[in-house]
Amino acid sequence: MFSRIVTSALLAGFCAGLLAALLQLMFLQPVLLHAELFETGKLVHFGGQLADAHPDLPGFDLMRDGLSALFWTLLQVGYALILVACMAFAAERGVVIDARRGLLWGLAGFIAVQFAPAFSLPPEVPGAAYVDLTARQVWWWGTAIATAVAMALIAFGTGAGMWGAAVVLLLAPHLIGAPQPEAFAGSVPPELASMFAARALGVGLASWALTGLLGGYFWQRENAGS
Amino acid sequence: MTAQVKTAAKSTARSTVMPFLAAMVLGLGIITIAGHVQASALHDAAHDVRHATGFPCH
Repeated sequence: MFSRIVTSALLAGFCAGLLAALLQLMFLQPVLLHAELFETGKLVHFGGQLADAHPDLPGFDLMRDGLSALFWTLLQVGYALILVACMAFAAERGVVIDARRGLLWGLAGFIAVQFAPAFSLPPEVPGAAYVDLTARQVWWWGTAIATAVAMALIAFGTGAGMWGAAVVLLLAPHLIGAPQPEAFAGSVPPELASMFAARALGVGLASWALTGLLGGYFWQRENAGS
Repeated sequence: MTAQVKTAAKSTARSTVMPFLAAMVLGLGIITIAGHVQASALHDAAHDVRHATGFPCH
């Protein structure tokens, strides 16, 4: 069982991580590099000063972008291990798992660890104002776990009580509120910051969709003979 | 007899839950290292991905 979970998760996570790394390189890295010009003060946009919207940006950096690809695959394998473990647990209890249903599982995973945390703690461009890291990490874990439980209650719960509990779990982290800075100090223009947040969520959605799809596909294939 | 059945049931339950738990703990460990641990070298290497995934980074 363990080896079937790990095999499916490795294959799914690795492919999804590569997709994410490619999408980051194409759509996210240019925004991030542009933002870093503001973070380091090479570009400034405060007051009446206009900032260059199309500066020359560094191109492909083997070391930096290679490490991004490595960490994307690591991260997505980590997520896939949890996702496929949950799929396997459900499959043991009669839930059908295949590629199409896996896609739904992947979307639920995206909502739990990217969309819900981003609702109150949007993906930050470099140079954004921030508060204590530990407090934000604790809030992040709490939100991801509460949202994941809510997703499970919506998918498998029976009766209005469980749906009610799911709504409470979905809302609670945002009613409690994420740690926010006392003052805004971001040096990056809002045009770039919003583009970064939207694209970060887009890359996350694509990689999670593929993690779920392939996780379901490989899990079904691994178990086809048994 | 009843005790034996209970023990058997318990050990079956454990053997079916353990693989899921082991995979989840492994996954959580990887995510914690890749996304959250702040050791300087790790933070620098994972920097762009942490920003891209919306992890609290700095």
